[in-house]
Amino acid sequence: MALTPVLTAHWDDPNSFEITSYKKHGGYVALKNSLKMTPDEVIGIVKDSGLRGRGGAGFPTGMKWSFVPQNDGKAHYLVVNADESEPGACKDIPLMLANPHSLVEGIAIGSYAIRANHAFIYIRGEVPHAIRRVMNAVEQAYADGFLGKNIQGSGFNLDVVVHAGAGAYICGEETALLDSLEGRRGQPRLKPPFPAVAGLYASPTVVNNAETLASVPSIILNGADWFKSMGTEKSPGFKLFAVSGHVKRPGIYEAALGTPMSELLDYAGGMRKGSKLKFWIPGGSSVPMLTPDHIDIPMSYEDLSAAGTMLGTGTPMMFDHTTSVVKAVTRWLEFYKHESCGKCTPCREGTYWITGVLEKFEHGKGKEEELEVINDVCGQIAGRSFCALGDAAATPFPGAMKYFAEEFRQATKTSADASFPPSATTIFEKASV
Amino acid sequence: MTLTSDNKQTNTENSITATIDGIQVQVPKGTLIIRAAERMGTFVPRFCDHPALAPVAACRMCLVEIEGMPKPQPSCAIALTEGMNVKTQMTSTVAQEAQAGVMEFLLINHPLDCPVCDKGGECPLQNQAMTAGRAESRFDIEKRTFPKPIELSTEILLDRERCVECARCTRFSEEIAGDPFIELLERGAKQQVGIATDEPFNSYFSGNTVQICPVGALTSSSYRFRARPFDLVSVPTTCEHCAAGCSLRTDYRRETVMRRLAWEDPAVNEDWNCDKGRFAFAYLKENRLTQPKVRTKNGNQVDALWPDAIDFAVKGLLQAKGKVGVLLGGRLTMEDAYAYSKFARLALATNDIDFRNRVNSEEEQDFLGSVVAGSGGSVTYADLEKAQNVVLVNFEPEEESPIIFLRLRKAAQKGNLKVTAIAPYLTRSLEKINAEVVATKPGDEAKVLRGLKIAQESIILVGERAAATPGTLSAVIEIAEKTNSKLSWIPRRAGERGAVEIGALPNLLPGGRPVTEVSARNDVAAIWGVNGSDIPNKPGRNHSEIIQAALSGEIKALVIAGLDVMDAPDPQALGQAINAVDFVITLGIQENSLTRYANVSLPVAPVTEKSGTFINWEGRPRPFGRAITSTNALTDARVLAMMAESLGLDFGLQTIEELRQELSSFGSWNGKKLDKPNVASIGAANVSVGSAILSTWNLLLDDGALQKGEEHLAGTQRPVIAHLSAKTAAENNLESGDKVTISNSRGSIIIKLEIIEMVNDVVWIPSNNHDSKVKSKLGAKEGDVVTIQKGSF
Repeated sequence: MALTPVLTAHWDDPNSFEITSYKKHGGYVALKNSLKMTPDEVIGIVKDSGLRGRGGAGFPTGMKWSFVPQNDGKAHYLVVNADESEPGACKDIPLMLANPHSLVEGIAIGSYAIRANHAFIYIRGEVPHAIRRVMNAVEQAYADGFLGKNIQGSGFNLDVVVHAGAGAYICGEETALLDSLEGRRGQPRLKPPFPAVAGLYASPTVVNNAETLASVPSIILNGADWFKSMGTEKSPGFKLFAVSGHVKRPGIYEAALGTPMSELLDYAGGMRKGSKLKFWIPGGSSVPMLTPDHIDIPMSYEDLSAAGTMLGTGTPMMFDHTTSVVKAVTRWLEFYKHESCGKCTPCREGTYWITGVLEKFEHGKGKEEELEVINDVCGQIAGRSFCALGDAAATPFPGAMKYFAEEFRQATKTSADASFPPSATTIFEKASV
Repeated sequence: MTLTSDNKQTNTENSITATIDGIQVQVPKGTLIIRAAERMGTFVPRFCDHPALAPVAACRMCLVEIEGMPKPQPSCAIALTEGMNVKTQMTSTVAQEAQAGVMEFLLINHPLDCPVCDKGGECPLQNQAMTAGRAESRFDIEKRTFPKPIELSTEILLDRERCVECARCTRFSEEIAGDPFIELLERGAKQQVGIATDEPFNSYFSGNTVQICPVGALTSSSYRFRARPFDLVSVPTTCEHCAAGCSLRTDYRRETVMRRLAWEDPAVNEDWNCDKGRFAFAYLKENRLTQPKVRTKNGNQVDALWPDAIDFAVKGLLQAKGKVGVLLGGRLTMEDAYAYSKFARLALATNDIDFRNRVNSEEEQDFLGSVVAGSGGSVTYADLEKAQNVVLVNFEPEEESPIIFLRLRKAAQKGNLKVTAIAPYLTRSLEKINAEVVATKPGDEAKVLRGLKIAQESIILVGERAAATPGTLSAVIEIAEKTNSKLSWIPRRAGERGAVEIGALPNLLPGGRPVTEVSARNDVAAIWGVNGSDIPNKPGRNHSEIIQAALSGEIKALVIAGLDVMDAPDPQALGQAINAVDFVITLGIQENSLTRYANVSLPVAPVTEKSGTFINWEGRPRPFGRAITSTNALTDARVLAMMAESLGLDFGLQTIEELRQELSSFGSWNGKKLDKPNVASIGAANVSVGSAILSTWNLLLDDGALQKGEEHLAGTQRPVIAHLSAKTAAENNLESGDKVTISNSRGSIIIKLEIIEMVNDVVWIPSNNHDSKVKSKLGAKEGDVVTIQKGSF
């Protein structure tokens, strides 16, 4: 396999984020083409392409669009989830920095398809540079008649609002995002009703990940078959893989879904000098970890699922032999504890509990029987919390225990810093040797 | 097993059949699993679930197993569907383990302070920990703690470490009361209930949150650390404050009432009551009279034995024979009011009796006799909930009858109800029921009503203040007839409707019988065992006329009962009348300026120490039993019976049973009723710069006598503020924040001004809060002209 630059094709252009650059490479032609079709034809193409959501759950995008009741006389909304906050995930923000117009065009096409005249881009509040780029892109699109009233003479109107979040991971959960967008406290909503029926302002709403929408223009332009020529049968198309961790060249590698991890690791230059892969997570802290034994696994929804983990956001994090699993898991749980919204009991209390116990292990003060307790507590969260954040929080520990139980047992005697000196993991330490 | 009453297994369009724990159930479509399980006798543990609140599925305690679903599901948020197979903790280990897991989570950060917690002994967390909890904790790290407690208001305290974040309190405040003054703040394990800075939880319904809190997180200042539930004796009672007729649970210990709770009554107060009904009972202990007192020749009041006091009283009455007036308050039980009605007619041979110790008019008493008396049940709470159009005339629901407010809000929330209010401005309370205000000057109500397009078959609710402006009640009757609308009169006090029904009015005998009708008098005489001619046949004097007659010497003695002088339409005139007469008998529970002045002061029982009945605004009898039995306090009726006996009358009414028996022997009155009033409106007064028309009403929480002694409650009173329209304010050179002086020849009130959108030429002030005491300081009523001026004199 090889790299399949579509979204990233022109990132090395000077000012790739400007509309002039985007248009030079065929930008907004897909929108013009779409406006000549009926909305249902657009949905049909996206359905045929098999495009699946890039936010983590992998739900078929065309199907999601078709759930919106048509001709119901209600306002429809398209909401872009660009609240990328998952530890390890870093693909939407670079995309918005380098190629925001692909997102804007995707929004225009998606809105046309679901008959929405209002779209909202909910961007993580901690990335003002990305927010500025997207706002600039939206402004340019308005100026060139790709947004606003009577777009390209089609009679289709669309207003796009860029909204900055206020720093809560939970607002990446689609219903919490909608509450937040409405000006409420970001907490997940009871489902049903699902957003397709009663989402933003109780109206039919589609919530799509930023990368998902940015992938749409190329599908419209080149067709579903072109898209399906990449990837696997169940995971068609290209994907931004953000490889990070102890690799030589961390970065974004756009490749077909199903590309083996070993190949992606090669693109990233392999593990850094003198380091050996110890464990890795395929797509954010919410998916169970894998070991070097799994390095040849194809990065597709179905193959990772078969291996007991998930593609998630498709942003592999690679950890080498200097990393303490106990410490990594503790950090992740601290994140979930801090970000738990507090609404439901299992997530609110469970993350508090697990984190407290894990911190003891990190300092070599855990008791072996407590491993069983944490495991139980994870079981008491998983499948019983209000939203997927609870399930995510219950993932890292059992995942780590599957392969590194011995390291946890060792942490009843030795602190993580003693077993894995932090200095050993730094680059400067090695450089000075 | 089937849950339908007729035991048929047939599925109608609106019912479904499903299985819970292997038992087939048939329930109405849309029934939540948790409710269906409850109806078949299985209690699924829960915290956030409350039948009156929308489901949130936040606590996760009620997880059950549903066939075909991979994860356990919250039974509080999922409706049973046709063929669904549900397994609760009774038959499913999945459900059992899920619930045990949640319970373990709830307890890890919960303090083990049950021995000092108010909720201990009646705590859902404690109870459910016994069924779903483990004996020993596996939690071995530090618990989350908070400084304690936080004052959400002067009345409501919050111990955050006890909170299980079920959000019942915040949801109640937003969904039911419409006062979202408390909200969940922060996130994760730090999540907590809180208020905005300097914005306390001053909702009139805040006490309900303490009652629905499933743990001891919310407590009331007045009850905190005062008692343990297992030391309390609970009795069902009826609230004595307003005419809503709330069912209450009164909890007492060693003859002292410790707290009161809302008692669920779906037809009336549902699950709720207001803070006045819940917390205002300290008066029961304030300045209680326990001993009869008589005034001796040298002018001193001395304690007397009951027989001596009765003798003394009777002598005084005999001396003034034929010249005695009876002034009552609006808080007597129906039974006691009846005894006064009978006593006035038989013992005093007079119709000079009136319970309306407030603004009143002859038009009103004709209205009460012709429209209200005997009309029980014509409008009910359920009618309000189903109504499409409700018109409010001189009636501010949240302040004057808060349970009506809750019902109207419930209906308005559903979106079917349109409320139109004839009022000087859109109050926040009216906003909460989505009311539309027809901005009206006091005095113009009749004109506005006649000009308004009112839908056919509306419901018109008219408040007691309508008596202040001539012609309003006449117009209300006219419009109700013209639009085929139902009409209901909403008094402010618990005893008023009962007093109308039993004829504590100068023109009415019990059951709406006019005193002027021979057959009516004969009816009553037959029950009283006298001749029809023994009952005076001319309408007597009303409240104001009795006072006038006392001042002019036509009345020589007064029997005064259950009356607060500060409530009188003109406290000064009442004081002068008392001065003018030769002999005053008072019956009351508290010592006050009136009883101190009486020739004979007779102590009677408060509501907790007697049985009785209040008739609420619907005309629904709300009987209650005696809560505290060990005191020897006598009812008004019993005292009157003693006096009557002493006068040589065969009066009866010695016991409550005898009294109720006699009351029940009055059949309904099918004869001629009083003529409906037809009084012309004179319209609103004309005012020029420097003056304004007064508009005023009593706020729910004010300085009323029955709220005495409860400082925590008093702390949640609304701020005392005067309102003017921008135009009227500008004409008088006034700005928001200014002090405005409202005065007349009698006196003045100085309070802060807030300019709002309201009708011009009208100044609104509360009737009885802090400095704003309209009756005692101005002797004025709604519609009177007052002077307005910047600053103080």
